[in-house]
Parts: sequence; structure tokens; C-alpha cells
Amino acid sequence: MKTNDLASRIPWTLVVFLVALVVPWLGSRYNTFLATQIAISGLFAVSLNLLLGTTGLVSFGHVAYFGIGAYVCGILMKTYAMPFSIALPAAALGAAFASLVFGFFCVRLTRIYFAMLSLAFSQIIWAIAYKWNDVTGGDQGLPDVPYPDLDWMNSIPLLGDLRIAGQFYVVTLVVVGLSLAAMRRIINSPFGRMLTTIRENAERASAIGVDVRRYELAAFVVAGGFAGIAGALFGIFSRGVFSDYVFWPKSAEVMIMTILGGIDHFWGPVVGAATLVLLNQETTSYTEYWSFVLGTILLVLLFAFPGGIVGGLSAGFAWLRRKRRGAAGPETGSAEVATVEVKRA
Amino acid sequence: MLEVKGLSKSFGGFRAVSDVDLAVAEGEIAAVIGPNGAGKSTLFNLITGHLQPTAGRVLVDGRDITGVAPYRICGMGMGRSFQRTNIFPRLTVLENVQAAFLIHRGQGPNFWSRSERLYRADCEALLASIGLAGQARTTAGTLSYGNQKQLELGIALASDPKILLLDEPTAGMSASETHESIALLERIARQRGLTLLFTEHDMAVVFSIAQKIAVLHQGRIIAHGDPATVRADAEVRRVYLGDH
Repeated sequence: MKTNDLASRIPWTLVVFLVALVVPWLGSRYNTFLATQIAISGLFAVSLNLLLGTTGLVSFGHVAYFGIGAYVCGILMKTYAMPFSIALPAAALGAAFASLVFGFFCVRLTRIYFAMLSLAFSQIIWAIAYKWNDVTGGDQGLPDVPYPDLDWMNSIPLLGDLRIAGQFYVVTLVVVGLSLAAMRRIINSPFGRMLTTIRENAERASAIGVDVRRYELAAFVVAGGFAGIAGALFGIFSRGVFSDYVFWPKSAEVMIMTILGGIDHFWGPVVGAATLVLLNQETTSYTEYWSFVLGTILLVLLFAFPGGIVGGLSAGFAWLRRKRRGAAGPETGSAEVATVEVKRA
Repeated sequence: MLEVKGLSKSFGGFRAVSDVDLAVAEGEIAAVIGPNGAGKSTLFNLITGHLQPTAGRVLVDGRDITGVAPYRICGMGMGRSFQRTNIFPRLTVLENVQAAFLIHRGQGPNFWSRSERLYRADCEALLASIGLAGQARTTAGTLSYGNQKQLELGIALASDPKILLLDEPTAGMSASETHESIALLERIARQRGLTLLFTEHDMAVVFSIAQKIAVLHQGRIIAHGDPATVRADAEVRRVYLGDH
């Protein structure tokens, strides 16, 4: 089983990373713009999935920590002219700290009440962002957040050829890549296993000695911290931080990405983020009724793939493998492969 | 080993468990029996901290554990299984017992090692001892009912308990499954020198392995002692065992 596939030996993660890295050299500003947006949204969605898919916690207010990250980084860089290397970790810590305070209350409630309280906290953050003119710029937001100082890149051969947006994309991709690697590591650790036992059966988890609330809070803080990193990158990417970054529809959007891609697989939310960003762009450029078209497409995708896109694909591959191993001859096997591949293309 | 003193629990005006005294010595296999609604599960939930008693105390090894949170009680050497099967259905069989090893050995806060590789040998040895060695990679939720119960026992054993509370370990099993799992329980209890307290419907099971039996009726202990004494008790025959 393990050795039969060449496919399973290729380090796919690295391949995807390298392919993504090439994007700014292809010359299209628009593609670089989309790729940056996908990378940041992907990180945001994976951080939500640490709660949703790994721990089984439904947070409707995840955008609060994204927003706090964006504001902390934006304010430090613009108002206080701090370097990115300080502003980014500060954004992560700020978001993690807010998650700790709010999460402390949220984990005391279960299910729908947890979801509602997390939403309520995010609306409080939104109200503060909207009203606190002196610090957040209120409804005017915080325009012209500067890019990080990337002049050092100009002396490096290939990087020097890029515009600042392309260079920032490279920085984004590295930060996102490292964050995803860290989260993957956390999910596969003993700590991560405890989170899955809570998702599977909280009563049993506590009977084997897991302090459920404490672990849920820890998951909430970690997820909030990574959401803060995503927010910080997004504020710089979109050249400003505005209060609608923390408004609740953003929470819905990231939840759609996560569920659409598939919550049972680590890469599901990234696939979901890419799909949603691309669908959004495509439909907007063809029709003014884009939200209608988008809604319909999402509906179909969700019905066709109840486990999300990645869940659907991996079920499909498992089915194929069974077919191949089964009584069917090699010819029928490969014909089957061909049809499915056509369908997918 | 386990001592229960004057334990009571009321739900509103209803006294589900009323002034129960119980003592189980180290290495002993003891059973609590009684008709449906006698308060057996409530009694278990009181002992393991899932419910707070209205009055009374629970002692393990002389240590008062009354009202201690369930996740702490596990660390004090008390394992339990539930009446409804209680496993982690979408994890593999191995991952189920591994989770229990990890938390019991203080690895819970470790967020950097790869859990997959930890305590593999212990997990496999444990699975072998409960007869699930061949199913280590099976998704737990797809196991047969009897196997899920075995796995549940395995999860409880991974915490290396001194005393094990089993709520109807053979509920819903076929006759042959019942027979096998009781043989398994008895063997494991002997090997590990475990103290066992269980509830059970099947009287054949109870009288075959229990060294001590307490009969619960309407929340009260109406008789206790060795199987012969309990079987001969007139009150027990009247309310529960029937005349046969």
C-alpha cells in the first residue's frame, strides 16, 4: 500500500510551495495579487480549522483575532513607525492575548452558546474599531499602512527584479508557510491528539484525564494567534486596516472557506480559500449578480462534496484504489481512472 | 481501597441514591446489582465525580475524592467505562489507547513531538492483551459492538488504574460476546491485581465472577455480602431475584 504509489513519495507540500513562489516572476500583477490573497486567506482558514475541525469548536467570531492582528500591526507600523519584524510578532501576541481573555469566557459555554458568545466578542471588537477614532481611525480606518522595509532584497539577484508587491508576496508566502508548518506540527503532537479526543467525545476525554476547558482554551489561543498573523499580513497587503475587517460577515466568509475545502483534512481550508477567492474574482468580472452565482456554486459544491472539496477528492481516490485492487481487470481499472480524471478536468 | 460513606443524591424531590455505604477491598471483584432505576448508574456517576452528591463521602485509599472533577479522578487511579459505549469513534483503535497513554504520562501539553510514534510498544502490548492487536489501524467507530466495549476497557487500562468501575460491561452483547468479555475482564483483573466494581444485569455473569455483591433497590442498599449470602437473602429474592 505504502510503496505502490510514486505519488505518495513526492513531497507535495514543497512542490506546491515552490510553484506558488514562482508566481510574481510570471509578470502578472493581478496573479500576484490573487496569490497573496489566497495565501493569507488560507492561513486564516487553517487557523479557524484548528478550532472547527480539530477541536470541534464552532467559533463565529474568529475574525476578531484577525482584526486585532491587522490593527496591532498597522498601528505599530504606521503610527509608531515600527519595523515589520517587531509588528508581526506583536500582532500575533496581541491576538493571542485577546483570545485568552475572550476564550476564558467562551469555553465555559457549549455548542451554540459558545458560537454566540464568540460572535458577541467579535462584535465588541468591531464596535471598538469603529468608534475609537484616535487609535483605529474609526470609520475612516487606518489608510496607507506602509510596506515593510524590503530594500535588502534589491541586492539579491532574482528578488531584486520584483516590484515591492511581489517582494511582499514572497515575505507573505514564507510567513504563511512557516505558520502552516507550525500548526501542522501542533495538530500532530500529543497536544493535538488531546484536542481531537475532545472533538470526538468530550465526556470520554475528561474520563481519561483531559481538562477539557483548559485544552479548549489553549486551542482558542493558538488559533487566535495565527489568525492575528494572517490579519497583520492582510492589513499590509491591502494597504490599510478598516473596521469591516472585523465585521461579522468576514467570520462567515472564513467559515465558508473552511467548510467548503473540508474540515477533516489539514489542507482543506487552504483549498477552500483558493476556491472562494478565485470564484469570487471570476464571477465578479463576468456578472454583477456575483453573489447569486457564488451562492449557487457554493450550494452545489457543498451538496456534491459533504466532506468539502478535499474530503470528496480523497473519498474518490480511496474508491479508485479499491477498484484497482478489486477483481476488475487492469483495463477496466485504467478506464475508470480516465473517466474520473476527465470529470475532474 | 474504595469506601463510600452515606452517599446520597436527590434530583428535586426524588432521592435517586440514599445513604449508601459500600466498601471494596484491594484486588476484590465486587458488583452492584438491582432492578432498572435502582440508582446504579447514578451511584457510579457520584463515585467518579460526574455528579455531585447531596451528602456523603467517597474515599479512595483513604483519600477523600468527593466532588473532585472527573478529569482529576482518573489521575488518582480510578478508571471507568460507561454504559453507552464511549470511545473516540473517528480515531483508529491504536490512537484511542495512545491518547490515554499520552495524557496519563503527562504528554498532554507537549505540542511539538509527533504523537504517532510515542508509546507504540505499550499501545500494542495493551491491544494484544485485550484481543484487539489485529485491529490497531481500524477506525474505532467501525468495530463491532463487542470490540468497541473491549476497546473502551483498553482506554481505561491505559491510565494504569488501581480500581476500575464498569457500568454494565456486557450490556447489549450477545451470549457469546458476554462470555468472552467476562473471561477477559477476569483475566485482566487477576493479572494486574485490579480492584473491580461493576454493575450488571446478567445474573449469571454476576454470580460467576463477583466475590462480593451489593443489591440496590430504590436507591438503598438492601443486602450485601458474598454471592451465597445475597442469593439466600429473603428480601433480595422478593424484590429482585424472584423465587427460582
